[in-house]
Amino acid sequence: MSQITREQIQHVANLARLNLSPEEEQLFIENLNEVFAFMDKLNELDTAHVPPTSHVLGITNVMRADERRESLPREEALKNAPEHEDGQFKVPAVMGE
Amino acid sequence: MSLLERNIREIHQGLCKREYSVSELVEESMRRIDSVDHQVKAFLFRNPFALEEAKKLDELTTPDGPLFGIPAGIKDNIVTKGMRTTCASRMLENYEPIYDAAVVKRLQAGQAVIMGKCNMDEFAMGSSNENSAFQITRNPWNPDYVPGGSSGGSAAAVAAREVQFALGSDTGGSIRQPAAYCGVVGLKPTYGLVSRYGLVAFASSLDQIGPITQNVEDAAYVLQTIAGHDPLDSTSARVEIPDYTQALTGEIKGLKIAVPKEYLGEGIDGEVREKIHAALHVFESLGARIEEVTLPHTEYAVAAYYILSSSEASSNLARFDGVRYGVRAEKSSNLIDMYKETRSQGFGQEVKRRIMIGTYALSSGYYDAYYLKAQKVRTLIKEDFEKVFAEFDLIVGPTAPTTAFKIGEKIDHPLTMYLNDILTIPVNLAGIPAISVPAGFASNGLPVGLQLIGKAFDETILLRAAYAYEKHTEHHKARPVLHSSPGE
Repeated sequence: MSQITREQIQHVANLARLNLSPEEEQLFIENLNEVFAFMDKLNELDTAHVPPTSHVLGITNVMRADERRESLPREEALKNAPEHEDGQFKVPAVMGE
Repeated sequence: MSLLERNIREIHQGLCKREYSVSELVEESMRRIDSVDHQVKAFLFRNPFALEEAKKLDELTTPDGPLFGIPAGIKDNIVTKGMRTTCASRMLENYEPIYDAAVVKRLQAGQAVIMGKCNMDEFAMGSSNENSAFQITRNPWNPDYVPGGSSGGSAAAVAAREVQFALGSDTGGSIRQPAAYCGVVGLKPTYGLVSRYGLVAFASSLDQIGPITQNVEDAAYVLQTIAGHDPLDSTSARVEIPDYTQALTGEIKGLKIAVPKEYLGEGIDGEVREKIHAALHVFESLGARIEEVTLPHTEYAVAAYYILSSSEASSNLARFDGVRYGVRAEKSSNLIDMYKETRSQGFGQEVKRRIMIGTYALSSGYYDAYYLKAQKVRTLIKEDFEKVFAEFDLIVGPTAPTTAFKIGEKIDHPLTMYLNDILTIPVNLAGIPAISVPAGFASNGLPVGLQLIGKAFDETILLRAAYAYEKHTEHHKARPVLHSSPGE
């Protein structure tokens, strides 16, 4: 694998919604390069004809009856929200000032 | 003898005969926490209502719960209604869940008394408890050493006899490795046996809740209470739950035990190897048949696991965005900034590292090379086990390659830390059950764990063999020496 660059780390951090300090960027460049070099070990195995396992139980869709049930009181659902107003979660402006 | 030295069945009998009350038992646990937890640091929060709950149980005319009055610790990634649940993260510092996890409800139905929430690596990511945002739990056998992780607080609390048992969660070894390091019993059930409803998700296809106890019999009692189908967890299995205590016969004649050569080879400490060989002699003397086998893809498990678990984590932890719960960074100019600042301030370094690994592995252009490849290798690892279990009842080996390491020894070397999980990770990838039981002490005075691995949903065989071993050894009876705080 080619080396992970600072630009790539910044791109991935943005995807992950993280702000990294320059020191963190440097640390994660080193860490990820080391970790992914180790993960390249998997390429020693020929898996062309091996099916992937996403789940061990082998169950697919689990359905339940479409019945009306009591839901969480709004007050409870908002209890842990950092900010709420008029019974809704409140967030900063989407577009900024 | 302290009441907390007895096993659950003995305590239950004493309570039924009114030799002592639940209040006395709970007070004893509270005193023990008061006197030793300043050293061990296993608890993040104490349940302020524990004694009140005990008094209510004392008023009952019939103690019919299987865990009636038994003091328990709960890992802090399992939600408890009205009782702070932080996952040892700044992100959830003030989070008070509005519901109880399924396992908490089951413990309450079984009339156990929750004493508090146990420390862990932040969001269960780590093998040493050093990743907790709040405190470092100490190994009760030597405070300079880690208790293991991520359920380090749960294992240390049980080893220090602060509680009779604790619940942990195991994604890549997080119940078994700390149990081994602390010299107690840790059981990771088959994926799907115990509901994950209310377990804060790390890697949903691998996470499983299980008991950490002082002995194998107690593990059977606790598992009995928490196992079973739950409609609120769609990955919960619809299987008949056997009476696990029936497995505790002490009889294992004719049992076919496989010993993978990869589990006793290079990288495994010589003293650990010795203890495992001694354990194999015990099994042999009890009439088990032992044969060496191979699990050829073991060396690929760590790489596959860190791709899959980090990918799932990067997705699961997207929910911590400062909107519905947890902390929120102040003074953000817009929504995206608020997300980023909140997550950057709320998550610790290891959590960020895993999110970065997972996001990178799932990002455009790399998905096939990493995530899909790891899923295929997961199939190969699962097949390794299936081949062995076609001919054997049980796989036996060490739980960890070494005894506990020193605090600070590995924290700056993520890959070295990850490799420590080499013997526990394959079990999670295959979704099968395993138990770690005390197998003696190395010359440094630290415990060694023996790992027994079984077929899916065959916890009965695990418990049967582990119980037989325990009955014929004395390792689980050893106790760490802890100094009480002044005034105790």
